[in-house]
Amino acid sequence: SSWFNWAKPVQLSREELTKKYIRSVSVDLNNDASLLIDIPDALCERDKVKFTVHTKTTLSSFQKPEFSVPRQHEDFIWLHDTLVETEDYAGLIIPPAPPKPDFEGPREKMHKLGEGEATMTKEEYTKMKQELEAEYLAVFKKTVQVHEIFLQRLSSHPILNKDRNFQIFLEYDQDLSVRRKNAKEMFGGFFKNMVKSADEVLISGVKEVDDFFEQEKTFLLDYYSKIKDSTAKAEKMTRSHKNIADDYIRISSLMYQQKITRILIYTHIVVTMSFVSLQKVEGRVASDQELKLTELLRYYMRDIQAAKDLLYRRARALADYENSNKALDKARLKSKDIPQAEEHQQQCLQKFDKLSESGKKELTSFKGRRVVAFRKNLIEMAELEIKHAKVRSSIQLYYICFIMCTNELQYAWGICKILCEQI
Amino acid sequence: MADAARDPQQDDTGLLELEDGEDLFPEPGPGPALEESGPASLTTEDLSTNANGPKQASLFDDDPDDLFAEATEEVSLDSPDRDVLLSDGPSPAITPMTPPTSVITPRIGHAHDDMFTHSSFDEIEEEDGGDSFDIHISVSDPEKVGDGMNAYMAYKVTTKTSMSLFKLREFSVRRRFSDFLGLHSKLASKYLHIGYIVPPAPEKSIVGMTKVKVGKEDQSSNEFVEKRRSALERYLMRTVKHPILLKDPDVLQFLESSELPRAVSTQALSSAGLLRMVNKAADAVNKMTIKMNESDAWFEEKQQHFENLDVQLRKLHASVESLVLHRKELSMNMASFAKSAAMLGNSEDHTALSRALSQLAEVEEKIDQLQQDQANADFYFLSELLGDYVRLITAVKGVFDQRMKTWQKWQDSQMMLQKKREAEAKLQFNNKPDKLQQAKDEIKELEMKVQQGERDFEQISKTIRKEVGRFEKERVKDFKSTVIQYLETLLQTQQQMIKYWEAFLPEAKAIS
Repeated sequence: SSWFNWAKPVQLSREELTKKYIRSVSVDLNNDASLLIDIPDALCERDKVKFTVHTKTTLSSFQKPEFSVPRQHEDFIWLHDTLVETEDYAGLIIPPAPPKPDFEGPREKMHKLGEGEATMTKEEYTKMKQELEAEYLAVFKKTVQVHEIFLQRLSSHPILNKDRNFQIFLEYDQDLSVRRKNAKEMFGGFFKNMVKSADEVLISGVKEVDDFFEQEKTFLLDYYSKIKDSTAKAEKMTRSHKNIADDYIRISSLMYQQKITRILIYTHIVVTMSFVSLQKVEGRVASDQELKLTELLRYYMRDIQAAKDLLYRRARALADYENSNKALDKARLKSKDIPQAEEHQQQCLQKFDKLSESGKKELTSFKGRRVVAFRKNLIEMAELEIKHAKVRSSIQLYYICFIMCTNELQYAWGICKILCEQI
Repeated sequence: MADAARDPQQDDTGLLELEDGEDLFPEPGPGPALEESGPASLTTEDLSTNANGPKQASLFDDDPDDLFAEATEEVSLDSPDRDVLLSDGPSPAITPMTPPTSVITPRIGHAHDDMFTHSSFDEIEEEDGGDSFDIHISVSDPEKVGDGMNAYMAYKVTTKTSMSLFKLREFSVRRRFSDFLGLHSKLASKYLHIGYIVPPAPEKSIVGMTKVKVGKEDQSSNEFVEKRRSALERYLMRTVKHPILLKDPDVLQFLESSELPRAVSTQALSSAGLLRMVNKAADAVNKMTIKMNESDAWFEEKQQHFENLDVQLRKLHASVESLVLHRKELSMNMASFAKSAAMLGNSEDHTALSRALSQLAEVEEKIDQLQQDQANADFYFLSELLGDYVRLITAVKGVFDQRMKTWQKWQDSQMMLQKKREAEAKLQFNNKPDKLQQAKDEIKELEMKVQQGERDFEQISKTIRKEVGRFEKERVKDFKSTVIQYLETLLQTQQQMIKYWEAFLPEAKAIS
């Protein structure tokens, strides 16, 4: 489809990104002046996004106090995966990897638009095209935000922010693709296999010795399935809102048609505009709800998965420890290789204890983080809903007034103008 | 207005943000002037936005925020009114703006008997002498009568009126659906062929009625009965709003008399029904073969206009039906989300957050109910209104067809007369005195027929002009009041939503 220049790179500037784009999912990030990270710029070509990662630091471990590098989504995944694979971080909740930029929605819409071009009116087509562009831009902004938050989670973690690979990611001004390839060869399918069998380890369960972890396990498993369900249902709601917004577009463009004008006379202008504005509100509700509720749920669903991963690793360590005990008993029975077995058992115990200690800390702070984020988002969402509902009622109210003041056209326009300015 | 590279989501904070100094009404540009000397009926072209100069017709081309940009092109007011408005001046709170002078131009002369010549668009009562129009009909209390396949719904028809036409001020009768159809069929046979727009009766629904007969007491059959009840009410109100139909004895009998002879010919699968279908088909064929020489531009233009309107309204109706469907879906999705959020709240171990999530679930559930009610409003106000008008336009087109038929009849008799005259001339030439007298008599008869045909044609043309004027006026009122009612429902929904969310906010803030 020629009109939408899919191929033309779209640039989002710092201005665009910071302009009223509500930070929804995480709080209190990027506050420590010793290491400040943000993504001020992004370039979108087709569906490949190039992020500009900008760092400002007072730490001597970095070569310069301020610098920027270009990074792709795959680089973020590489960083995440290497962190997960690092033994030393087994007791930490690794921030969930940012999801791949998903332009499927806008792409599908573009397809539909192309197919329906023949049957739509010019106004309808133009309007849908605008909506499509807005949606595309929203996806773009969202993906930038999610990648930024990933980095900021890392920079605000006292242990992870010292990671060597993290530093390379921030600083290395060459292409990371070579490293990415090597990493893939090393880890390959291992990570995936681990995740798959992790559930079984946890559920079939080694007997849990610690009450805290027993509770956490129960809670996280249950909560995960609930939040996954809520996320899916919230997404459905958002889609319905978008459908309604699209209907309003179609209705308002039809009502605008010249042919109807004669019958409804100027009433139709008003009705048209009320529908157009309603559509804008619905569309905005759809996108604001998307930000607040759905994104919140989606983000924490992934975060809880990361917390579960920690539990899996600990459960694995516990299993290893129990196996080492068994091995030690066997060695004692056979009176063979006892010191190695003892050594091994000690190592397993140390690893397990370390994981438990760090895990407890991580899970406690995770709960706090989650509660704070939910609070902030629920408040913002309620405030937005109220604002939108007020705007919608103002619109409806003055359109009602307008329709009623039939003859005093100028007067009525005047009222409308004033009311518009007050919104 | 806006540059092409603008981000359409710029206006995050407000819907109708206008830049400072930006005027709602762009200066009337150097486009074609709207002022036309002499009377001109409003053609669709005149109503285009060329008046504003370079600005094009599309509302959505430029700044989507400037909703009022295209507002100036349409309305015309008679100059006396406009002077009054401009001189009195609105209250000082209203910021002065560039008066849309291109709009307020006396474009319509008073020569035409056209509704647009009236100085105010609505408040014009039908001053037919005698009572002012004061009658209100309601259809209520649907009751199932009988059992099995012979069962039917009986509705209570209540009339409240102060008009002297009626014996009482308030009275009610019980009627069944076929009674309404019978009434319509009688009115149609009396008035359609002379050019009156007889409002069409609600449509039959074999599926819907069968469910009711069989005794299915579920939501869909209740909805069906309610839908029908509402449609019957609108039908009667439209019928009595017509000043001629109101006085018709069949209408009066329908409203007043307790017993009504059963209208059998309205059954769908009856012989009368089949006959009607055949006639309809025949009419359609005839319409194609009648080639009328339209001498009156008004009719040509109006016919085209109604054709276009038909197409538009159908499309609009389809879109509104889609809106209703999607809103029902939204309501369902909200309900299911509410349940899920409640479960999530139960699972949450932080007490305050858990309570807040449960509250969220409650709010979403209440709003889902609101959305459902709104969907009903969408339906009953918008969708049904549009459906009614799609059928009404069909009736209007039918009336134009009747005029064509009348014209054809006139032409046919004229042709016959011509033939007879030729035959007479031949007889005279061949000197057949006895046949000649007969021919002369026949000619006299035909001459009268031709005269009558011409009178009929002129009468129906005159009637149609008046009817179309009345119809358009009614429709403006109808749409206006319905839209107001609809907006009021939207308003109520929003006010409720504000209440619910404002009640939730402290719960969210209470999370520590």
